[in-house]
Amino acid sequence: MSDQRNVSVRGLTRRFGSNTVLHGLDLELEPGSFTALLGRSGSGKTTLLRTLAGLDPAPAEAAIDLPDRVAAVFQEPRLLPWKRIWANVALGLSGADPKERAERALGEVGLARHLEAWPATLSGGEAQRAALARALVREPRLLLLDEPFAALDALTRIRMHALVLDLWRAHGPTTLIVTHDVDEAVLLADRVLVLDAGRIAADIAVDMPRPRSHGDAGFVALRRRLLSELGLEAEVIREAA
Amino acid sequence: MSDTHAIGARRALAPARPREAVRPPNGAGFGLSRYKRFASSIVILLLWQGASMAGLIAPRTLAAPTTIVATAWELILSGELPHNLLVSLGRVAAGLVIGVSSGVTLALIAGLSKRGEEIVDAPMQMLRTLPFLALVPLFILWFGIGEAPKIALVSLGSAFPVYLTLFAGIRGTDPKLMEAGRVFGLDRAGLIRHVVLPGALPSGLVGLRYALGSALLSLVIAEQINATAGIGFLINDARDFLRTDVIVVGLVVYALLGLLADALVRTVERRALAWRPNLIKG
Repeated sequence: MSDQRNVSVRGLTRRFGSNTVLHGLDLELEPGSFTALLGRSGSGKTTLLRTLAGLDPAPAEAAIDLPDRVAAVFQEPRLLPWKRIWANVALGLSGADPKERAERALGEVGLARHLEAWPATLSGGEAQRAALARALVREPRLLLLDEPFAALDALTRIRMHALVLDLWRAHGPTTLIVTHDVDEAVLLADRVLVLDAGRIAADIAVDMPRPRSHGDAGFVALRRRLLSELGLEAEVIREAA
Repeated sequence: MSDTHAIGARRALAPARPREAVRPPNGAGFGLSRYKRFASSIVILLLWQGASMAGLIAPRTLAAPTTIVATAWELILSGELPHNLLVSLGRVAAGLVIGVSSGVTLALIAGLSKRGEEIVDAPMQMLRTLPFLALVPLFILWFGIGEAPKIALVSLGSAFPVYLTLFAGIRGTDPKLMEAGRVFGLDRAGLIRHVVLPGALPSGLVGLRYALGSALLSLVIAEQINATAGIGFLINDARDFLRTDVIVVGLVVYALLGLLADALVRTVERRALAWRPNLIKG
């Protein structure tokens, strides 16, 4: 992965009508880093992710440098209901033996027994693991996760956190997770960005050893700091904690 | 046409109700309740037979059930029924091939491109409001009284339901699935093949079910036009000789064709839509 390029965004402005969502945003991601992007709703985090995923056209005045292979996992699994799980993972794959590669990726996320299942028969967590396998099988240099665990129950979410970290360590893609969950950001990422009014308002390194837990020293302080960056008053934070 | 569609719609939208739902939980009463369902029909048949034998219903009004069964058997043995049935089936088949394929083609053109929609959709939506059976006089003037107007009527009756449902199905593609397809490297052709068309298939098959019903209705009307063979001919000929038994046999054959058409589409649906949650469990 030595030829892996940086993710670099300079001067990204996005407007929808009179509403400026991203405001001359600059973003650099180190190769192989795990970054969380926090922000309130409407802060522009989804717009940024969609631009990086190539779903929204990048404006001409912005300088955006991305690796060739980008993959995404969305909040919903977005599996094609009419394709068996392995075929969903192999969707759009080029090169040799797409089925075999899809099966290997599904094995990695613990779905080896569900290769031939229809998406409608999977639980929410299983479907989201299949979506992870579909992203992984492309060996992405940049992995974009758009609130991928928001719709899952708490227990499943904890398992998914561990799985994502395992996969990230094994494959080493530059990973950017968009979330509104401060705990999730602190548990997973090396670096937390807070997006506010279309700009990066805070850029905080998280150097706590993994695996992390809510009881770790520094966790509470970091959490409090991020919450106040997100605009929560100190009293509210103390009550919630 | 709107009338026939409404009828077809109701039938199609009340889908294959899972039979399990009707079955009592212990399953033991199933056989009995099944016979119960037919009890009133059998009573009616018996009353009809009794009334015929007592001379309350004249044969020229309505033949007795036993006479009808005997006549059906004779018609089968003489080869008259199989021959006319084949002629009718040939008309439906030819009309369906033309109608369904043109409906599918037009739906693809209108559904997959903006310009296609501009060209195709407006005239189709205008024509759709026309009760197509009212076109019979015009068709006779255009196509004469041979096979052509009959097949044309069946084609017309089946093209519209397929067009309307498939077009709506294509346009109803989930944009989120399209996005996922794009992120994972599908080009336009790939998106159409893997996302748009499979997603539009369920509504397309509903359209096919309407189309078969509509085709059958067209056949009945078309066969009133100076037919020299076919089930409709059998019925009209029998009318001239006051053979109510033959007429009823013809009606029963029409009904069986309707049942057969429905069963056919259901089989196709079971195979093609095996991924749907309600079918997976069944």
